[in-house]
Amino acid sequence: MNELAITVIGRDRPGIVADVAEVLARLGANLTDSTMTRLRGHFAMTLICVGPAAADVEAALAPLAAEGQLLATVRAVTPDGQTEPTGEPYVLAVHGADRMGIVAAMTRVLADAGGNVTDLSTRLTGSLYVVVAEVELPPGSADEVAGRLTRAAADLGVGVSLRPADTDLL
Amino acid sequence: MTAEEYAGLGGWTPEKLGLPGEVRAVVAAPDPVLSRPGPAVDPTSAEVVQLAADLVATMRVSPGCVGLAAPQVGVSAQVFAVDVTGHPKAVTVHGAFVLCNATVVEASRWKAGREGCMSVPDLTGDVKRASRLVVEGVLPGSGDPVRLVTDGFEARALQHEIDHCAGLLFLDRVAGAHAVYQRKVYL
Repeated sequence: MNELAITVIGRDRPGIVADVAEVLARLGANLTDSTMTRLRGHFAMTLICVGPAAADVEAALAPLAAEGQLLATVRAVTPDGQTEPTGEPYVLAVHGADRMGIVAAMTRVLADAGGNVTDLSTRLTGSLYVVVAEVELPPGSADEVAGRLTRAAADLGVGVSLRPADTDLL
Repeated sequence: MTAEEYAGLGGWTPEKLGLPGEVRAVVAAPDPVLSRPGPAVDPTSAEVVQLAADLVATMRVSPGCVGLAAPQVGVSAQVFAVDVTGHPKAVTVHGAFVLCNATVVEASRWKAGREGCMSVPDLTGDVKRASRLVVEGVLPGSGDPVRLVTDGFEARALQHEIDHCAGLLFLDRVAGAHAVYQRKVYL
């Protein structure tokens, strides 16, 4: 079974999801994990699907990209199943005046501590820059990581908070 | 003060401050005053009484505003105004009031809800808050202690404002990486 990583990005308009999903369905590509959102007027999709060969999907998506409004890439990836959590889940929030290197500095602190970013989004609105990330931290390391994040944030002049990601089991 | 009065606001209104409030400019993130924990205040000082009146006045001229904390008008201090009167989501309503040095003493029935903030005008976020809440604080002017028992939307508003006084924005409490949204509707 082929597993494919597909990205599509283009100026937002109604019907992008329907157009792309229709192409995939016609080819028998099963859309598994995906994330789609609008970023500053561009609609961006990142999809994993299983089924056809990468070349077939690329060819089928080509007409959509032909008008120059959409950019699509297709790549075969190695199916390696689910990734097990590597630590304790936390939510990191950073907000402050926009400047270069906020994501780089804060994620470097996480990486140096053996933390893994599993989800991250940023928003720039006016001069306010907001980063919210879901991270897995090595067990017992959160207090020390929080201290390092606070120092890194002070250097950048931004605020930071690190809280346990609470999961309700019902 | 009787136990009964301590259970609520004891008939306190912003008019009891005895002076007109002035509308102050509302500051927006990333202003660092919003990220700084505010100190406790002397509720009987002239400065705090004026601040309380100004918070009410500023809240009243701001469409859709149900609460305003001192850091939002550029003052790092534990003072905030709340008024959820007439809000469709409010159940228990205590009218317009100002609290100083308020703390949450009991919180339960946590529920997620979408929040916005005058100081973060372009974003909203999903935040979990207690929908049953007991808050203790003191009134500006008299300095009388109060214990507010509330729920639902008023409870959410109180937690949002107490967070402001502690230097926290709703952005610090959003549920996850995809729980912050570009705001689409302006009041």
